[in-house]
Amino acid sequence: MNETFTKAMARNIFYGGSLFFILVFLGLTYHTEKVLPERDHRENITEQVVHGKKVWEENNCIGCHTLLGEGAYFAPELGNVYKRFGNSKAAIMAFIKYRPVDGIKGRRSMPQFNLSDEELEAVAEFLKWTSEIDTSNWPPNIQG
Amino acid sequence: MKYESQKIARLYFIAALGLFAGQILFGLIMGLQYVIGDFLFPAIPFNVARMVHTNLLIIWLLFGFMGAAYFMIPEESETELFSPKLAIVLFWVFLAAGVLTVLGYLLVPYARLAEMTGNDLLPTMGREFLEQPLITKVGIVIVALGFVFNVGMTVLRGRKTVISSILMIGLIGLAVMFLFSFYNPENLVRDKFYWWWVVHLWVEGVWELILGSLLAFVLIKVTGVDREVIEKWLYMIVAMALITGILGTGHHYFWIGAPEYWQWLGSVFSAMEPIPFFMMTLFAFNMVNKRRRDHPNKAAVLWAMGTGVMAFLGAGVWGFLHTLAPVNYYTHGTQLTAAHGHMAFYGAYAMVVMCIISYAMPLMRGRIANSNRSQVTEMWGFWLMTVSMVFITLFLTAAGVVQVWLQRYTDTPLPFMIVQDKMAIFFWMREVAGVFFLGGLCVYLWSFFIGTDAEAARDSAKVLVKSSTKEYSKETAIA
Repeated sequence: MNETFTKAMARNIFYGGSLFFILVFLGLTYHTEKVLPERDHRENITEQVVHGKKVWEENNCIGCHTLLGEGAYFAPELGNVYKRFGNSKAAIMAFIKYRPVDGIKGRRSMPQFNLSDEELEAVAEFLKWTSEIDTSNWPPNIQG
Repeated sequence: MKYESQKIARLYFIAALGLFAGQILFGLIMGLQYVIGDFLFPAIPFNVARMVHTNLLIIWLLFGFMGAAYFMIPEESETELFSPKLAIVLFWVFLAAGVLTVLGYLLVPYARLAEMTGNDLLPTMGREFLEQPLITKVGIVIVALGFVFNVGMTVLRGRKTVISSILMIGLIGLAVMFLFSFYNPENLVRDKFYWWWVVHLWVEGVWELILGSLLAFVLIKVTGVDREVIEKWLYMIVAMALITGILGTGHHYFWIGAPEYWQWLGSVFSAMEPIPFFMMTLFAFNMVNKRRRDHPNKAAVLWAMGTGVMAFLGAGVWGFLHTLAPVNYYTHGTQLTAAHGHMAFYGAYAMVVMCIISYAMPLMRGRIANSNRSQVTEMWGFWLMTVSMVFITLFLTAAGVVQVWLQRYTDTPLPFMIVQDKMAIFFWMREVAGVFFLGGLCVYLWSFFIGTDAEAARDSAKVLVKSSTKEYSKETAIA
């Protein structure tokens, strides 16, 4: 940067450039919203799925697990857990239900959240719906 | 320091450092839980420790940013703060909200906390980094509004500088983007899409404006380089930050259900995100090389150069490492992400806050700079923390490579927990590095209590006398 490049030019690049890319970003967001229904299968979001998402949030599951790769890295990815557990909601529900209250000696263990049967159903249904999102074939394999 | 109201920053900085210490303690707890799975179970399960660790980070950085603004804005605007009283009231409100929220995490099961605090009214909780109860989120908005109003009024009635404008844009952007934390669509894909508008557009967007202006302010003060030169750099740095960073959001849209063109956009633009950080490094080193005086506060100069380098390494290099979609396909959500997150947050944000604290704190205590003894101790703290963070990052990177190799980039992927066991050696080494980091933090905090005012005055005078007789480079800094 030298004398021919003035502060006013730098300022214009900042304001102009930022504004331009904000507008592009908003435009792309609009387009994404338009095509999203083909990928998220929102027609399958039942009341139970919505409830399941709330159970997921209110027990801070993201504090240990990743979901579609986002979250904490302490426990397995759950975006595809429905498929990993053999397309079985029952297996997911049983796993959550029978966690030992005092953990497992020396090992990581999921806490016992004391979910009701209704909540267990809902969270399993939520994870089933999540596993059907078109994620461009991520994760690379069933282990997540 | 020229204005009495700047001293309010002191409260904010003390709170920031206290919460920083808390963050590190919980980091060590989590690090141990990675290898001794039942450590503190079920009293403090991992998810709770992590929530405390990350939320304390956010709160202490916000305290740091606010303190920095209260210190810088009156000086830049050449007028007293609009309302020092409001700043003090908001300090206590924010501290109470922060402490109560953390206590809530620790003492009440999260589901019960959600129920008690009205999550049914408007479900916003249980999303990474935005775990705060609704009332805390509302409290953050109120504090942010009052704060922006207070510093904004000060800017409006005083001198307008580039530094204060960029800082204000950053702070207003911070407050505005946080509003998306109240938007939690029932559709997980849309939830994630807009969740990043808070998280990414904070740390890879508006926070970089705050970072740039803090750095520019300290560099003007400690190097005496022309404001014109510094401001031109600042404009270019923040221009590159937003030009690359806004569409760079796309690197979070690869695998969450968003359309596939984001793989191209996100890869290309986020690959350029290291540029502003590289410029910050050049900026800091250039200005220090072309300095027109030697400032007695050598520790602050060290932090200023350190934050440039570490931000470039952590945010720039470690970010680039896994930002291209074909690479990220295998690395997404592994320990590589954790490695990047640690060094980026420390290098860019923790260090710049400690930089402004290092510069401002002695001034608020009536000194030009701390005594030599104190500064040497502070620099020991700097090096211990920084080198420890480099090792934390390297060990997590090694763990991440093992994880990708055994669980992702292979024909015979092993289950998550089996792979975690094989990574244990690296988790242990990371924990040891973490203990050294805590040691560095203790040394750093101890430096505040070393040396008297008289000692500080004597040491500063020596530097100033030497500086007044020294010949400085006649050529002007690269403009």
